[in-house]
Amino acid sequence: MALNLNLLSWIVFLPVIGLIVIALIPRPGQKTVKWIALAAAMASFILSIAVFIMFDRSESAIGQMQFVEKVSWIPAINSFYHLGVDGLSLPLVILMTFLGVVSVLVSWKIQLNPKQYFIWILLLETSILGVFCSLDLILFFLFWELELIPMFFLISIWGSGRKEYAAYKYLIYTLVGSAFMLAGILCVYFITHTFDMTALAGIQIASSFIPLTALFFLLIVGFAIKLPVFPLHTWLPDAHTNAPTAASVILAGALLKMGGYGMIRLCVSMLPQVAVQYAPFMLTLAVIGVIYGAAVTIRQTDLKRLIAYSSVSHMGYVLLGIFALDQVSLVGASFQMFSHGVITGLLFAMVGLVYDKTHTRDLNNLSGLARQMPVIVVVFSIAGLASLGLPGTVGFAAEFITFAGSFASTAVAGMPVFTLIAVLGIVVTSGYILWMLQRVFYGYPLDKYNGVGDADAVEMVSTFSFVAVIMAVGIYPAVLTNVISMGIAPIAKLIGM
Amino acid sequence: MDQIKYIAPELSLLCFALIIIMVDLFISNKKALAILAVAGALVSAFFVLMLWNGQAAEAFYRTIAIDQFGLFFKLLILAATALVILASNGYVAKFERFQGEFYALLMLSAVGLMLLVSAINLITIFVALELSSISLYVLVSFLKDKKSSEAGLKYLILGSVASAILLYGMALVFGMTGNTCLTCIADYIKGMPGTSLLQTPALLVGLILIITGFGFKIASVPFQMWVPDVYEGAPTPITAYLSVASKAAGFAVISRILLTAFGVPEWLHNDWAMIIAVLAAVTMTVGNITALLQTNIKRMLGYSSIAQAGYLMVGLAAMGMGSQVDGNVRSGLLFFLLSYTLTNLGAFIAIIAISNKINSDQIDDFTGMGKRAPLLAVALTICMVSLTGLPPTAGLIAKIYIFSGAVDQGLLWLVIIAVINSCISAFYYFKVVKVMWMGEPASADKVTSSWPEWLAIALCCISVVVIGVLPGAFIALTQSASALFGI
Repeated sequence: MALNLNLLSWIVFLPVIGLIVIALIPRPGQKTVKWIALAAAMASFILSIAVFIMFDRSESAIGQMQFVEKVSWIPAINSFYHLGVDGLSLPLVILMTFLGVVSVLVSWKIQLNPKQYFIWILLLETSILGVFCSLDLILFFLFWELELIPMFFLISIWGSGRKEYAAYKYLIYTLVGSAFMLAGILCVYFITHTFDMTALAGIQIASSFIPLTALFFLLIVGFAIKLPVFPLHTWLPDAHTNAPTAASVILAGALLKMGGYGMIRLCVSMLPQVAVQYAPFMLTLAVIGVIYGAAVTIRQTDLKRLIAYSSVSHMGYVLLGIFALDQVSLVGASFQMFSHGVITGLLFAMVGLVYDKTHTRDLNNLSGLARQMPVIVVVFSIAGLASLGLPGTVGFAAEFITFAGSFASTAVAGMPVFTLIAVLGIVVTSGYILWMLQRVFYGYPLDKYNGVGDADAVEMVSTFSFVAVIMAVGIYPAVLTNVISMGIAPIAKLIGM
Repeated sequence: MDQIKYIAPELSLLCFALIIIMVDLFISNKKALAILAVAGALVSAFFVLMLWNGQAAEAFYRTIAIDQFGLFFKLLILAATALVILASNGYVAKFERFQGEFYALLMLSAVGLMLLVSAINLITIFVALELSSISLYVLVSFLKDKKSSEAGLKYLILGSVASAILLYGMALVFGMTGNTCLTCIADYIKGMPGTSLLQTPALLVGLILIITGFGFKIASVPFQMWVPDVYEGAPTPITAYLSVASKAAGFAVISRILLTAFGVPEWLHNDWAMIIAVLAAVTMTVGNITALLQTNIKRMLGYSSIAQAGYLMVGLAAMGMGSQVDGNVRSGLLFFLLSYTLTNLGAFIAIIAISNKINSDQIDDFTGMGKRAPLLAVALTICMVSLTGLPPTAGLIAKIYIFSGAVDQGLLWLVIIAVINSCISAFYYFKVVKVMWMGEPASADKVTSSWPEWLAIALCCISVVVIGVLPGAFIALTQSASALFGI
């Protein structure tokens, strides 16, 4: 901890600095805006890698927050500007900074008001990074809510289709969730008199103030909406389908993870007994999410909607891993969050590319594109295969750990049954992914697509970087799991696993 | 005579009002009047600050209290007055004659409100209330067109009825306790036997009538009927003034009466706190749901201000609820009022600047404002975000703060109703945001505004964001201002 240059603050607020620069330049050229945005996102990404390298992996650091910054912020309510990362949050921070860079690249061709567009993208990045780095509940909530504003504008201005409807739906769903969360956070405060998330994990919360079950559910509603847990998932297909590509990448890649992160960090860490008690209920929802999500995905004919519904299914694995409440399953769930972030981020980027070239996302109108876009087809296929969990990709590693942990968990009765049903999701996933690839790329070539081109240089940079991560972490998952388990170990101890 | 210094802020403002009327007769450049009016507010604020660190005192035969609570509200009222004057700069052209009177009446009403927030005697309270109200009755009908006259008449009649009800309530309380000074009433009630308000029906009726009378002022349901029509008909700067200054003063005086005169014993404050809590729940729900249906932005903000009054009443109820109330609970109301005043003023001033140019208050006519007046649209967006209660604005911190006090006092049910209401409010606040940024503008003409309007908007928006990001100092300010209420 000797070297503390407020790295986390820089990581979180570099995008804001970038957006202020963009805002202050009167009438900037398109290029200037893009390069500033890229520079800000890149700087943040590089710093987060630096933090990852410097992260103390020794025995003594297990369960410790690192790179901590703590400054008094609102003394009246004992709230601090308190940042820090542990094994649970660090991978998500890197995921977000990585997606931040890629989302700028993905938006390279934005024509409509690029100045405003990149301002929102950068603000979105800051808000999500803030959520993962905050160790103070009020600060956490502030960043959590902040994310709504850029997302609302990104969907409703740069989106497509029923964009206003989707933006409103997103806004209201999330607000309702966070409304309950705020009530829960305030209750936690008056039981424990602290907003410090590190202190709260492990405190025996007991009160006559409010039944703990009620507190648990107040807190979890917001996370469940975000994750999204069946039946609170209906905003997701709309938001995904109508959002611009970069927003979809961030939404699927990082935003959904705020839900899973919150569940582990707050619900499970603070109220482990209630979590154990209601695990069968949450697991049932998880299994429904996996199977229902996969089943609905098969029927989709809009490429983006297809990927969106597949997220519902894959987030079911995360929920399964979390409420299996086992050391290994929790690591798996966290890993799955990272893995899904990269894979789905790439899938959305690829759908965006295909749409750019062909101007349609309708599977019935797409066919035989492999001839026109040899690079895109390879990358798309890699993403698809990673999504269905092909060994050697990050998807396999994550799913395997999740299922292995869940199957072996003894925290909840009947765990193997839940796991076995959920594993069936993989079968269905293989079905829709392969069928989708077949329909888009390998069917009968259509004349109208004779002229469409392949990915250009910028697009290759952004998509290949995804592939690199998918393969690298897939081949050597320990690079992440080592770190993740350091964060999970103390939480698993709370449950007695 | 050495007590004069205690009302120096009011007196100086009064002098400036009279000077303005005089000067108005001799000069043709009416802009000077606005400058004079703002100067008056600044001088008055200077006197308030002089008193801030002084000893708390009671002056004029215990009719006026000089304490930080009152001084805080005086500053708030003066700030609102000054900002409204700045914002009226372009608007006053609508009534070429009587500009001097417009400013003077506005300042007179401010004098009334400033006396109101420090009054500690039922009679002083009533006189101060009428001083501010009568000026406002005139100001509301200042445009003299059909809508404005109707609004003025409506406000006059309903306001008078409310005053009458209030007076009746005060008379009953006086009859029961034999006193009009708030602390004497408290002393008498402390000596009374009994464990419930129901055992002293006359006192109960008196209390309810007082709450009713001020319920009108703060636009709580079911006394909110006047709001939409009056807000729509009144000149927009006056609407802005009504929605913040007069509401803030209303909350100040109602908390002073309830907490000073009826603050003890416990059964008493628990009883009125429950009345307020129920009213709060109804007020925010009715306000929000009716606001959803509005197409006129002034009416929409009118209903929204009813809803905001509901959130404020959550804070008031929390103050009354507990036997042990800490600083956070007491100051929640003040902090919310501070942030609400700046936010709502910012919103109204931006609306004045825009609607004055496009000659319409319809939300649909704000379509495409992001292209025609980007900075004004940004300002209005910040204010809408703050009213919804989203970061990084004062609105979010204010909500967290006031709700945390209520949760602390066991009003979790009320807080849950309140946060659900916040979600409803997102619909109509974001409707304004949506049309401004997403629609195509009706014309390509740029909407410009004068520098005083700019100054006012910038002051509001910057403070909204600063309070939202660094609320610590402001919370400390409201805590020291509310320190005198320790039930």
